[in-house]
Amino acid sequence: MEQKQGDTYRYGMVIDLDKCTGCGTCMIACAAENNVSVRPDQTDKERTITWMKLYKITNGKEFPNTEVSYFPRPCMHCEEDGRGHHQPSCVSVCVATATKLDHNTGIVSQIYTRCIGCRYCQAACPYGARYFNWWDTYFPKGKGLERYLSPEISPRMRGVVEKCTFCHHRLMRAKTQAYAEVRTDLEEHEYTTACAEACPVQAITFGDLNNPEHKVSQMIKSPYAFRLLERLNTKPKVYYISTKDWVRKLADNYLPGEFKPVTRATG
Amino acid sequence: MKNQASSSQKTSKVGLISLFNRFISFEKGSTFLPPFSFGVWIFFLAGLIPSLIVGWIIYPMVLYSKQPQPMNFNHALHLNPEIVDGIEGDTETERCLSCHAFREDGTFAGIPKLDKCMECHDDPESPLGETPEEQEFLTKYVAEEREIPWLSYYRQPDCVYFSHIAHVKMGDQDCETCHGDHGKTEKLPAYKVNRMTGYSIDIWGRNIAGYKTNTWDRMKMDDCAECHTENDLEENNACFTCHK
Repeated sequence: MEQKQGDTYRYGMVIDLDKCTGCGTCMIACAAENNVSVRPDQTDKERTITWMKLYKITNGKEFPNTEVSYFPRPCMHCEEDGRGHHQPSCVSVCVATATKLDHNTGIVSQIYTRCIGCRYCQAACPYGARYFNWWDTYFPKGKGLERYLSPEISPRMRGVVEKCTFCHHRLMRAKTQAYAEVRTDLEEHEYTTACAEACPVQAITFGDLNNPEHKVSQMIKSPYAFRLLERLNTKPKVYYISTKDWVRKLADNYLPGEFKPVTRATG
Repeated sequence: MKNQASSSQKTSKVGLISLFNRFISFEKGSTFLPPFSFGVWIFFLAGLIPSLIVGWIIYPMVLYSKQPQPMNFNHALHLNPEIVDGIEGDTETERCLSCHAFREDGTFAGIPKLDKCMECHDDPESPLGETPEEQEFLTKYVAEEREIPWLSYYRQPDCVYFSHIAHVKMGDQDCETCHGDHGKTEKLPAYKVNRMTGYSIDIWGRNIAGYKTNTWDRMKMDDCAECHTENDLEENNACFTCHK
């Protein structure tokens, strides 16, 4: 891969919570795309695997003042661990070097064959974005699910941790296509995640945060843009946009009177 | 109490040393010899040599099962411009690519399908059918329109992503760098598969001790990383470049 000096990518995601209807298509698209295993009993939510998880949040007020918002949560692909080190907290605790932050793409990798299943990363992740495989990958026979398995994703074995990879195989696919056309730079539309592609209301936008021409780098300048638990200083690359003050307030732990609502009427 | 404890420690130490001295005292003219006599060496070697033979020769032979290819393919003959004129290209790599082609989306097609063979061999005057093997090709596969079940020597494990186009087109690597002189052989070698892991011997390495003299002897992660590092492409050693 030829790259100009300093010309590194920083892939990130912007999720517009005002647009999100909570339909859950992103969860399904993600699971189908990434060969995420299912369980015979999918109601056991402590053991099921959801790289992209949809949370329902409310402002906690009585009817008729109740407001509901839906909150999709992929892996945040943090850049720092909150103490100034240039690696996410899951990477700094990994004893097997199974997870790494690639500084050329900004994607946090997870290598299943290297993972020893100690689950330190799961404990270290402030967002709960990592999942442990309690069983081998399972697809019920005769229900047609095995036909959806993608050869671009290796299935996980029992005893390893997995998480959202920003559909990294799609980046490789786009790069391969670019090489066939003898170029090294990627267009904005060439690499996008399955959740962003599937979202029926286009609440999820994906792109390169380093590239000022990409839509994501313009969207994060909005005064309504925020990140989950931003004050931990983990510098996640997943941004949210919500015009509702209570949603932004819920995204971090504020002391009474500490949260400052947006007063400017822009964005 | 303290003194007693330390003195008892001392005596035990002295006891040990004297015991040790008794064992090495045979040098000082004593007739006592520890059990290192000639007969013992015979038994030692009688155990050691067979175990070395088992470990270094028999075990590697047992470890790999040999499977013959469904039929022979003569790479040297097809790449000889005096015999076959359909395969064009200025460089050796380009001649390889005329059958082992890239698809339009940049992915590598690998072993050619029957359609590729039929591009040249559907001509009734094509020089086929002289040997029994070529007869078999016509009757068993072409007539029945059945794909030849080739065994792939270079199938990487499921967790590995490898982009041929990144290496051949962007990196200007020759096929020979990783595949050796496979394109010059007249006979396909037997496919050797590791009975335990299911991987081909070309991935795991031909030498059981891990020695490697040519770049194509082995295709493991360290071999990829070694070449990346040598060519100042350390950023390609990021995990997600080759893993999926």
